[in-house]
Amino acid sequence: MASIDYQSKIPNNVNLSDDRRLQRALEHWQPRYLQWWQEMGPDGIQEKDVYLRTAVSADKDGWAHFDYVKMPDYRWGIFLSERDPERKVNFGDHIGQPAWQEVPGEFRNTLRRIIVTQGDTEPASVEQQRQLWKTAPSLYDMRNVCQVNVEEGRHLWAMVYLLHSYFGAEGRDEAEELLARRSGDADKPRILDAFNQPCDDWLSFYCFTMFADRDGKFQLHSLSESGFDPLSRTCKFMLTEEAHHMFVGDTGLERVLRRSAQLTLLDPSGDARAQGGIDLATVQKFINFWFSYCLDLFGSEISSNAADFFAAGLKGRFMEEKNYTEHTALGQEKLVTLFKDGKFVDESVALRNAMNEVLRDDYIDDCANAVRRWSKAVKDEGLDFEVTLPSRRFHRHQGVYNGSFFDLQGNPISEAEFNARKADWLPSDADKAYLRSIMHGVYEQGKVANWIAPPRRGINGQEFQYEYVKL
Amino acid sequence: MAHDSAHLDLPPVTFDTSPERYHHWKLAVDGAVATLTMQVDRDAPLRPGYDLKMNSYDLGVDIELADAVRRLRFEHPQVRCIVVTGGVPKMFCAGANIKMLAGSAHGFKVNFCKFTNETRCEIEDATTHSSQRYIAALNGTAAGGGYELAEACAEIYLIDDGFSAVSLPEVPLLGVLPGTGGLTRLVDKRKVRRDVADLFCTKAEGFRLRDALKMRLVDGGWPKSKWDQGIAERSQKIVADAGGNQGEQGIALTPVARTQVRDGEIETLTWPNVTLRILHDKRWCELTLRGPSEAAPASAAGLQAQGATAWSLQAFRELDAALLDLRFNYPKIGLILLRTVGTAEGVLGHDAAIAQLRADGSWLAREIQLFQSRVLRRLDNMSRSMFALIEPGSCFAGTLLEIAWSADRAYMLDDPDAANSIALGQVHAGTHAAHNGMTRLQIRLYGDPDGLAKILAMHGAVDAPTAEQLGLVTRAPDDIDWEDEVRLAIEERVSFSPDALTGMEQNLRFAGPENCDTKLFGRLTAWQNWIFQRPNAVGERGALPMYGHPQAPVFDWNRT
Ligand SMILES: [Fe+2]
Ligand SMILES: [Fe+2]
Repeated sequence: MASIDYQSKIPNNVNLSDDRRLQRALEHWQPRYLQWWQEMGPDGIQEKDVYLRTAVSADKDGWAHFDYVKMPDYRWGIFLSERDPERKVNFGDHIGQPAWQEVPGEFRNTLRRIIVTQGDTEPASVEQQRQLWKTAPSLYDMRNVCQVNVEEGRHLWAMVYLLHSYFGAEGRDEAEELLARRSGDADKPRILDAFNQPCDDWLSFYCFTMFADRDGKFQLHSLSESGFDPLSRTCKFMLTEEAHHMFVGDTGLERVLRRSAQLTLLDPSGDARAQGGIDLATVQKFINFWFSYCLDLFGSEISSNAADFFAAGLKGRFMEEKNYTEHTALGQEKLVTLFKDGKFVDESVALRNAMNEVLRDDYIDDCANAVRRWSKAVKDEGLDFEVTLPSRRFHRHQGVYNGSFFDLQGNPISEAEFNARKADWLPSDADKAYLRSIMHGVYEQGKVANWIAPPRRGINGQEFQYEYVKL
Repeated sequence: MAHDSAHLDLPPVTFDTSPERYHHWKLAVDGAVATLTMQVDRDAPLRPGYDLKMNSYDLGVDIELADAVRRLRFEHPQVRCIVVTGGVPKMFCAGANIKMLAGSAHGFKVNFCKFTNETRCEIEDATTHSSQRYIAALNGTAAGGGYELAEACAEIYLIDDGFSAVSLPEVPLLGVLPGTGGLTRLVDKRKVRRDVADLFCTKAEGFRLRDALKMRLVDGGWPKSKWDQGIAERSQKIVADAGGNQGEQGIALTPVARTQVRDGEIETLTWPNVTLRILHDKRWCELTLRGPSEAAPASAAGLQAQGATAWSLQAFRELDAALLDLRFNYPKIGLILLRTVGTAEGVLGHDAAIAQLRADGSWLAREIQLFQSRVLRRLDNMSRSMFALIEPGSCFAGTLLEIAWSADRAYMLDDPDAANSIALGQVHAGTHAAHNGMTRLQIRLYGDPDGLAKILAMHGAVDAPTAEQLGLVTRAPDDIDWEDEVRLAIEERVSFSPDALTGMEQNLRFAGPENCDTKLFGRLTAWQNWIFQRPNAVGERGALPMYGHPQAPVFDWNRT
């Protein structure tokens, strides 16, 4: 095999050209990755020039470079945020020890599992979104889905870099498996459920980048606190890219909601669908669906894994160093509301065992902020409509509420009641069919589909009219 | 909380169940293929204090499994293949419930493990002797006891979904052993190379299909889309290889009922053929078996008509129930005095009839003998001292004589005024093997092959002096000494350290070479029981109580 010109093909700040172990692993993996990208990346747009951002350094100012690029030629790089030689393990049982530069043997399997689970979500979302560009409401949006996808690809690289560098043969095996699983495949599904759900319309895409990528934000934040320094630094850098993904989702939903409000007001009987748009109730249903599915991603409310991860110093809380003064989390408890035999029971759980719930709390707060902004945007259009988040108990498939049924406010109801109201609360097949019927690709510069408002500004200082994709 | 039935507020453990009452298993029989689906009801633990999450099991779950395994042999004898699978998504079985183990008293843990081990041996016994072949269809992860259950099956298949794995995480996660046969069956049964087994037993998350196959941890697997078909084809092949469905008609295993009377310190449990008289203050009990009074079955049809009421079956089912009662509900009773009442001719007659019917091809006669063997092995495994008391009017003959040889000592009254004898039958030559594959007579006369040959050539009654001289009983005191000698033996025995006695008895009972079963009960569980006592496992900061808790365990690093 021809050797790769690493420095130019794979921008990096990890001394790749001198790292023979990593080179050997990547020589084998890189062709497979490219093959996977051809098979499972955006379908039918690989030969087009897209105006994309490429990470070229870990420098705070000027880490990114914008230019037209065909996606298979995208320079998927490996970047870790800058190393702090004084960094310590900042929480858990090993607090105060120098941060680990190599994987401690006793945590090897646990760490590998954490990295694989995070890594698996990256290619999964690319697979989920591969047809979306075709129905993009504008070139701007088309570019954004491509941008999100190439960066998810880079996030996969980032995780594979860790597996290759620190986990030996087992790490190489896991890296292969990351390319072998397929979102939604009956035989080889992706690890987490939300990443096996179809994401084939743009409302789902905005919800996905709003809610699932935001889960990613919180997971990456808690991993960026890790005592395993390479993981921490990798995740820190991934967060800079992730911000854009959430921006796409957050503003995308806001644009849909504003447009829905406008069309509702425009229509004589207040029916946005009659105007070819999406009614607010439908948007709310998609929010209900994706928010609840993404809450599952945080894991069970009471979790010994979560306690172990924290105790070992592998996974901290959101902003562990900044937001907390006490970092052992021992001798403290958190109230978790269980639902047992048809009754709510407040159980006092050792804080470490409740870390999933702690992270979920922060996530919910973060989502609630966005929802407040959206509600304001709708009101600013002149319509009195409140966008809401469903209760954390609603429509859960993991954890203590799994198997019981709750309404949007979190009140317990029977399974029959739930099924009777399901179509009011969650997207129905008819809703999805309706979305498909109105979502046709808009490929003309400066144009936008009727069901969504244009963005307030373009990418990298460009106009909305910019030719973001040369079709 | 300690899960110990001696604890007064808890109802006694009962082993009486049947498929329509199962909480945790579904038994579906379709011709010659049966499917046993494990779907543990997390809200139905045997004792309060833990949830049975992730298809983990406790004694209650295993009691149902044991019941199903037994019923398959007697009620569904036409079954040739049993598919053991999971009814919970992604998790076949997570093993024994950790919270239950952490909260259990030591004695309960030991007896729980012993019972589950016996059940897994029964699964293997069914495969070997009854051509009921168990295959583990792991449609999700099999961790710890989950994989150990799979190891008890003749074949293991694992779903290839990129997620499900087999694992024995006890050492790395819990600081204990996979003590339900896990280690032993890896190297002794599946013949996994010892260093490969070492890798497997220290990797908590285990291995998925590709690696598990390479390491011989499983025998095959399919992706989800081909899973049902793969299992169905394999089970049909097993049925065909075993000669297909021969249409044997099963018998109903009707409940084994007892009465219970407590009078001061004396408690009496009574079954039709078994009486268990417990002297609480003295810490010993008398277990009396009644020999048959009815005629032996003359034909296969006759035996079939008797069904569960055939003496050879019913008496041993009752004995089995009494032994389990003793283990779980009367932990303080340290000595069992074994007695029989009836005629030697009666017992030998029933033994001979069953043996003849088995030789003539009766599946039921075969199952009855196999069942008697298993109950005798359960008796060998009792962690209680056992003395057989052979007195006039007793019937230590044939299969019941095996009971005397299972005991640690046999006392036989040599009374010139009252005839007292034991009676040798056909069964001693190999019908009822102990766990090590040897007969009780071979074990007993391990150093005397000539004596063994001589005895095997004898049949019928043997009087006390001869029995003592041949080594068939321990002591044969005369009527003047009898009472004192027996009383002193009893009083001395119940005064010794119960731990030392259990250790001593288990070491003396199984002379001769080891095999997989003896290693499992003698080596694996002995180490496990030692570890279960050690601070590294059960101390305040030991691995078991710390599991699932916010703090990591703290070990004493001294190797012992
Ligand atoms: Fe990502
Ligand atoms: Fe993302």
